[in-house]
Amino acid sequence: MSRRVALEGSHAVAEAVRMANVDVIASYPITPQTHIPERLAEMVANGELDAEYIPVESEHSAMSACVGAAAVGARAFNTTSGQGLELMHEVLYVASSMRYPTVMAICNRGLSAPLSVWADHSDAMAVRDTGWIQVFCQNNQEVFDMTLWAFRVGEDPRVLFPVMVYLDGFTLSHVIEPVNLPQQEEVDRFLPKLQYRFALNPDNPMTHGAFGPPDIYTEAKIAQEVAFRKSKEVLLQGWKEFGDIFGRYYYPVELYKAENAKTLLVLQGSLSETAKLVVDKRRESGEPVGLIYLRLWRPFPLHEFRQAVKDVDTLIIFDRCISFGGPGGPVCSEIRSALYDMERRPKVVGFVGGLGGRDVSVGDFEHVIDRGREVAKKGSEEIFETVGVRGEVVGIRG
Amino acid sequence: MAGKRLKTAYDFTWRNMEVGNIVTEAGNASLRRTGDWRTDRPILDKEKCNKCGLCWLYCPDGAVELLEDGYYEPDLYYCKGCGICADVCKREAIIMIQEEEI
Repeated sequence: MSRRVALEGSHAVAEAVRMANVDVIASYPITPQTHIPERLAEMVANGELDAEYIPVESEHSAMSACVGAAAVGARAFNTTSGQGLELMHEVLYVASSMRYPTVMAICNRGLSAPLSVWADHSDAMAVRDTGWIQVFCQNNQEVFDMTLWAFRVGEDPRVLFPVMVYLDGFTLSHVIEPVNLPQQEEVDRFLPKLQYRFALNPDNPMTHGAFGPPDIYTEAKIAQEVAFRKSKEVLLQGWKEFGDIFGRYYYPVELYKAENAKTLLVLQGSLSETAKLVVDKRRESGEPVGLIYLRLWRPFPLHEFRQAVKDVDTLIIFDRCISFGGPGGPVCSEIRSALYDMERRPKVVGFVGGLGGRDVSVGDFEHVIDRGREVAKKGSEEIFETVGVRGEVVGIRG
Repeated sequence: MAGKRLKTAYDFTWRNMEVGNIVTEAGNASLRRTGDWRTDRPILDKEKCNKCGLCWLYCPDGAVELLEDGYYEPDLYYCKGCGICADVCKREAIIMIQEEEI
């Protein structure tokens, strides 16, 4: 039996990490992630969690320490936000390319300048191509569930990739919501002990991190790419097993009132819950509007996404990030590209909003739907639309 | 490592590389002829050498060998020509000569 407790997103992460019985935590505090390392340090100090807490001097060191811990076969956890994720950027590639299944929770935060500590997906999009499995959470139950799942699937011998769990800074990290916490025995059933067969050990010496000259680098990268894409099967299987034990089932592309929908909103992160209220209203008045929640960001669920949109007229994609000078917001550009080879594909309209913690209200999503459908029909000179910006936005052109 | 064949990149396709490019066979660097990128070669003058062994101690690649007659000699199969041995030699018994001059 699970127990239902009130937890902020940060503490939901900490509970999942405790129940996952990690061996090593290396993390540098940064707003809005601070409550996660704070709570974990407390758990270690109180003896609630038998782990090594390494107080590092930067995020670069935090990530490096996790790489080292993973190399000896330890279950390692790291957590950060915004600028911190940027600082550890180079080590992210090391972790994924050396196939270390470490887990990191990221409280999404806008990037400086101007200095912001509030929710935004610019940090996530900047590390999009680092070879980490990446999932976005909508609420604190998902935050707990995805963190547990991340260890389970990342450590699977068929996967061996690190996993990032995204939760919006403040909106989830600091907001208290009811969360069902499972029994330890159920967690242990879902998450076996990590058995990493290449763990560094003086009794069985081997080389991790050898250099790759031009005559082998490409082979190494193709092997990584194929393995990464193939890991999707295990990710889905992990969600199925999670559901069978805990009763909550998750999917890479989650549909909300999408049946017979002509217009679908596409979102990641906690804003989807606000958007769903607008979808409810539209459905009540008979409008065929639904929503796609794009949970799995990497590896991109191409097949599932195409299936979900094959009968839709208009996709309205909401980016919480700007790709400066790009052909659209990062999510929108990718989806456009993903749909290009379909024989019948929907019109794609991109919106950018909710930057640096700007609230996106029910009224804003009403506008997004109405304006999105108008642009789909009549077109627009702007490459993407905006919402909630003071002053008429013109000049986003190619 | 004697008797083992040196594997090269061309023994691998992307399909048979180890997960994370891990090299499970330790110590195989000794099979590799790391001396072939040397530009300067250390030359020992036995007249000046007093067999102190500093060159052997300081060589970062362990490429200096102790011979039966008590002298130390760089193993040119591995020596990368860094010149540390020549630099630390108190008696200036080792000089570095450009390979193309030999």
